[in-house]
Amino acid sequence: MLETLSNIFHLIFSVNFILTVITASTPLLLASSGELVVERSGVLNLGVEGMMIVGAACGFAGDYLSGSITIGALCGIVAGAATAGIFGVLTLGLAVNQVATGLALTILGVGLSGLIGAGFVGERIVPAPHLYLPVLTDLPALGRILFGEDPFVYVSVALIIGVWFFLYRTRAGLVLRAVGDNHASAHALGYPVLKIRMLAVLFGGACAGLAGAYLPLAYTPFFIPGMTSGRGWIALALVVFASWRPARLVIGAYLFGAVSILGLALQPLQLGVPQQVMNMLPYLATVIVLVLISRTRGTAGSAAPASLGVVFVPDR
Amino acid sequence: MQLALERRAERSTFIAIASPLIAIALTIVTFAILFAILGKNPVEALYVYFIEPLTDSFTLQEIAVKATPLVMIAVGLALCYIGNIWNIGAEGQFIAGAVCGSWLAVRTNGTDAGAWVLPAMLVLGAIGGALYGLIPALCRVYFGASEILTSLMLVYVADLGMDYMVRGPWRDPAGLNFPTTAAFDPVASVPILFEGAGRLHAGSVVALIVVMLVTVLLGRTIMGFEIRLVGAAPKAARFSGFSTDNLVLFTFAVSGALAGLAGIIEVAGPIGHLDPGVSSGYGFTAIIVAFLGRLNPIGILIAGLFLALTFIGGEGAQISLKVPLDVTKVFQGILLFYVLACDSLIAYRIRILRPIRKASPANA
Repeated sequence: MLETLSNIFHLIFSVNFILTVITASTPLLLASSGELVVERSGVLNLGVEGMMIVGAACGFAGDYLSGSITIGALCGIVAGAATAGIFGVLTLGLAVNQVATGLALTILGVGLSGLIGAGFVGERIVPAPHLYLPVLTDLPALGRILFGEDPFVYVSVALIIGVWFFLYRTRAGLVLRAVGDNHASAHALGYPVLKIRMLAVLFGGACAGLAGAYLPLAYTPFFIPGMTSGRGWIALALVVFASWRPARLVIGAYLFGAVSILGLALQPLQLGVPQQVMNMLPYLATVIVLVLISRTRGTAGSAAPASLGVVFVPDR
Repeated sequence: MQLALERRAERSTFIAIASPLIAIALTIVTFAILFAILGKNPVEALYVYFIEPLTDSFTLQEIAVKATPLVMIAVGLALCYIGNIWNIGAEGQFIAGAVCGSWLAVRTNGTDAGAWVLPAMLVLGAIGGALYGLIPALCRVYFGASEILTSLMLVYVADLGMDYMVRGPWRDPAGLNFPTTAAFDPVASVPILFEGAGRLHAGSVVALIVVMLVTVLLGRTIMGFEIRLVGAAPKAARFSGFSTDNLVLFTFAVSGALAGLAGIIEVAGPIGHLDPGVSSGYGFTAIIVAFLGRLNPIGILIAGLFLALTFIGGEGAQISLKVPLDVTKVFQGILLFYVLACDSLIAYRIRILRPIRKASPANA
């Protein structure tokens, strides 16, 4: 018993484990950063999973056909933003229920990605290279963690810092938050509510598309249908977990990344727990965390943007 | 020129009836274009999808077989969605029902247990689905956790749980290491209606009964009234003393039970054993069915048959046109978008706004 515990301890604090946690967390951080901005503008886009899987298929296709990671990533971003555009037209242009449209986006995304990716199943690409800086990367322990990641990891960190700066340190970010908290007042002050929301939705789609593209471009160098396996939904839960704040989002993303690969990492220790039960961990953890967070917050969702998910039709 | 939405003074009844038909027509047009881009003859493709399955009695029965779980699940989901309660984990409840019911089938396999086995399995399936559906409902009522996310997360948990059972304790020793239980005994199987003519089974009759019961529940009972009131005017419902919490528990239990029942009927009927592939996404497709049927049980029956037609047509198209099966999913996804878009026109009309001409600057 004690030996098992010490084995687990050793594993969790090994450099290799931390490196895998970072790669597992990066798609969550990318997708949830985008969704955070979307929700702060007052729109609930439940289609993250769908935009991610389309991003994964298009990202892989782009890389496979061009041989360039950058082009692959751009394909993912464009595909994510394009699918988000459909969502935007429906929910903002036609005032359709956001929950139902988000679900539709996920269903469509799963089908589209299967169609796009069908020709690429079984193919391999060269995964994104990892940074190497002489001396710095060779430092013991922290060297590889800080200076030896793939480019997406640095992008994800820059992205969430950028999101924080935008939301709390720029005028445009202030307007976006105002739109999310009270669209009627923002409209009365003359801000173009629907336009701002549309831009936020497109940004969220681009982030989700990039997060999806990360999976075949850096995480596993091939495309499998359904390879996002619920990460988009976990990203949505993360935004709630983070109480719609960027700093907490970082903590949440890395925590969930750790939980999601714990099952895989503990496999060699032969703990006698069925693998399927270990694989349930990220999903069970999401449910438990949502319950705890909502409970401590008392009245449901008091930290949520006040206009979140409410349809807005400007009167004139 | 600019387009803008304008709220109608009254909801348009004409569009309310026409909107699913407009949506289907738009989807078919979109698809004809898509097929043309893929280099297939659109007319032939549409024929394979929508007409050919209707031309012989075997595929007609297949459509009913496919529609059975879709309609049962969707009718339950409609109860939730009318009340603005978002159960999107029907797939998990379907699996939970399939697993719970299969337990009895596996336990009695090869014994001389009597005709009580199948009814008991159906009851177990419904209970399993209901209990599984109650988890997200309880999380929402007691802790305020969003039922959307928790119900969806539990789909993955159920899927993995079923995977464990069929690879582990319940695996058929004679199954050559395939992850499947032994084939169910005849007393544990849903009977075929027309022996030798097709696969239509008694479960389809159960689905019809469910449609009727839910129609009565929605239209003729206090509970049905509460569900509609909470959905249409949550504030008014609160002032009149209706408890949303009870509704959440009730709708989740009922929709979970129906999904679970659909699950065990599917396993004990067309499939005949439990294996990791039993679900094939019925719980998610049923969401489309619920909206296409305008959250009305009779509408859902028609919508379920229509989506089943696209499944069977898709299988035919895979063989004769060599298009991937995912085309069907894309079709269903696009259809849902069009349905939602057309529904918007019930409450709103689109106005074309012409910009007021200002003193135009000299533009050559």
